[in-house]
Amino acid sequence: MTARLSLTLGPVLYNWPKPRWVDFYNRIADEAPVDRVCIGEVVCSKRKPFIDDVILDVVDRLERGGKEVFYATLALPTTKREVRDIGDIIQAGYMIEANDIATVHLLNGRPHVVGPFINIYNEDTLALHLKLGATRICLPPELPLESIRTMAKGNQAVEVFAFGRPPLALSARCYAARQANMAKDSCQFVCEAHSDGMDVCTLDGVPFLAVNGIQTQGYVVSTAVNHVAALSEAGVVSLRLSPQTCDMVRVVEVYRDLADGNTTPKEAGEALAVLHLPGPLSDGFLRGLPGCTAEVD
Amino acid sequence: MTTPLELVCPAGTPAGLRTAVDAGAHSIYCGYRDETNARNFPGLNFDRAEMRDAVAYSHDHGAKILIALNTFMRAGSTDLWKRGVDDAVAAGADALILADVGLVEYARKAHPKQRLHLSVQAAAATPEAIAFYRDRFGISRVVLPRVLTVEEIARLTANAAPCETEVFVFGGLCVMAEGRCMLSSYATGKSPNMTGVCSPPSHVSYREESDALVACVGGFTVERFERGEPAGYPTLCKGRFEAQGAVSHLFEDPVSLNAVELLPRLAEIGVTAFKIEGRQRGRAYISTVVRAFRKAIDAMAVGDKVDFGELRALTEGQRDTTGAYKKAWR
Repeated sequence: MTARLSLTLGPVLYNWPKPRWVDFYNRIADEAPVDRVCIGEVVCSKRKPFIDDVILDVVDRLERGGKEVFYATLALPTTKREVRDIGDIIQAGYMIEANDIATVHLLNGRPHVVGPFINIYNEDTLALHLKLGATRICLPPELPLESIRTMAKGNQAVEVFAFGRPPLALSARCYAARQANMAKDSCQFVCEAHSDGMDVCTLDGVPFLAVNGIQTQGYVVSTAVNHVAALSEAGVVSLRLSPQTCDMVRVVEVYRDLADGNTTPKEAGEALAVLHLPGPLSDGFLRGLPGCTAEVD
Repeated sequence: MTTPLELVCPAGTPAGLRTAVDAGAHSIYCGYRDETNARNFPGLNFDRAEMRDAVAYSHDHGAKILIALNTFMRAGSTDLWKRGVDDAVAAGADALILADVGLVEYARKAHPKQRLHLSVQAAAATPEAIAFYRDRFGISRVVLPRVLTVEEIARLTANAAPCETEVFVFGGLCVMAEGRCMLSSYATGKSPNMTGVCSPPSHVSYREESDALVACVGGFTVERFERGEPAGYPTLCKGRFEAQGAVSHLFEDPVSLNAVELLPRLAEIGVTAFKIEGRQRGRAYISTVVRAFRKAIDAMAVGDKVDFGELRALTEGQRDTTGAYKKAWR
């Protein structure tokens, strides 16, 4: 008998207009059977001021809704101000999800969780992060099930990226701004137009990637529905669901039912497929194949 | 200038190593022929015996040798990487270049006196990230990501001390934060972090169309060369893509890094070592580039003028860039 799989809602990775962002979390607080919620701007520090004045209310609402809340920090801090902001968030006493080694350094052993942007590819590095104060670790999305099995054994700490466009890369350059012929420093927040990322196609018109400001994601939507039982058996304790503009309350319900054994993987896949997903479902990474590979039953 | 600048040069083969040493490299970096290093291509890299010979040749000629084990250990197979560390130490490496913090921890425990460098694949881009590796594991030098501006490099170098900084000045350019890019993994299943390759030749294919040569990576078309146009290697992030109805080199133009004109400024702010990319390059290229950079560094050391024309000529006919260094990405 394996332990109950918990569900974590990852941070909204996109630049959603503030009303949409607030409404999204209010609905999650009230309706989604999710155990914990990560909030905070992870991709671009220029977006952070937009949520600063509403985040306390959102945290309060989520906690009243019975969710454990984590503040997810920036994945690629480079400037002094960006690092200072992370220090301020730590000082404010939030439970932190670290997405960069600088944040782990600033936490200085304080208990925290680790997001999917820190390179933890094996059992040794995982054990080191646990010693450094990590209590739960979301593994990088490119790891195959075989590696996850080795890493999840006996530590009750491993989370797996189980839904959403897979984050693939970070850059100092903003591609949303570059595409619009703008400089990053005067970008006019063009990324706001791309609520699930800006689709990127090949020269033959084949959908390939999605751009979210400085972040590049896969065009597909990663899903672990066909592997939930295997992940649970391997000792994985949590599944991460990364917000897209589709009905995320429904997504959470689908994964909850599946983890509880109330539906089959096939039914869960079908339930996801009828939502307004930004791309086809894929489990390539989990199967050790290219991450773009379409899911099969 | 208080400390002499160090020119760090690539070697993909034993012959390439001798070429780089003879051309004046102060240090050579290279790796074992397996997935422990980030240039894991068939025909490249060193077996154990070749590495021992490489150390001897380098040391006999006054050059240092830095052995890169800069991929991330595969779960369940970490012994391959640890054995690499042990063998590199036994072979007499002057430093190991590591990216995986789990391997850094192992190397520090098993070989307390061994000098360790932090690979660019660890993407330490802030004073706090560098402090993490320096204070906990005694990292002596950090190779800085190519996503930083010169001002940021200055601040990092000042804060990193006594840890030194090493900066890429010439060769290939990653537009993504190094070690944090899964584009190749997404398109081909082979990734820099896990297998030590990016857009590998095994997954590149070409097809002829009436007026063009079309290059694909993992089945995705990434470039179309018109007839007569020079066909460069199709790296995923340097390809042309369509977004919002417009076709462009969305991520980066097919350019290489040439920070030649920034050498004096980088020296002034205290950067210890200049790094040339290209373990996959041929001997003629290595010889020319290493000689030119060594000449420039020697000139700077005695306060002579640097012949920038000669260095610029190295990329003649190709397109080059100073990348993020001059704030062009902001």
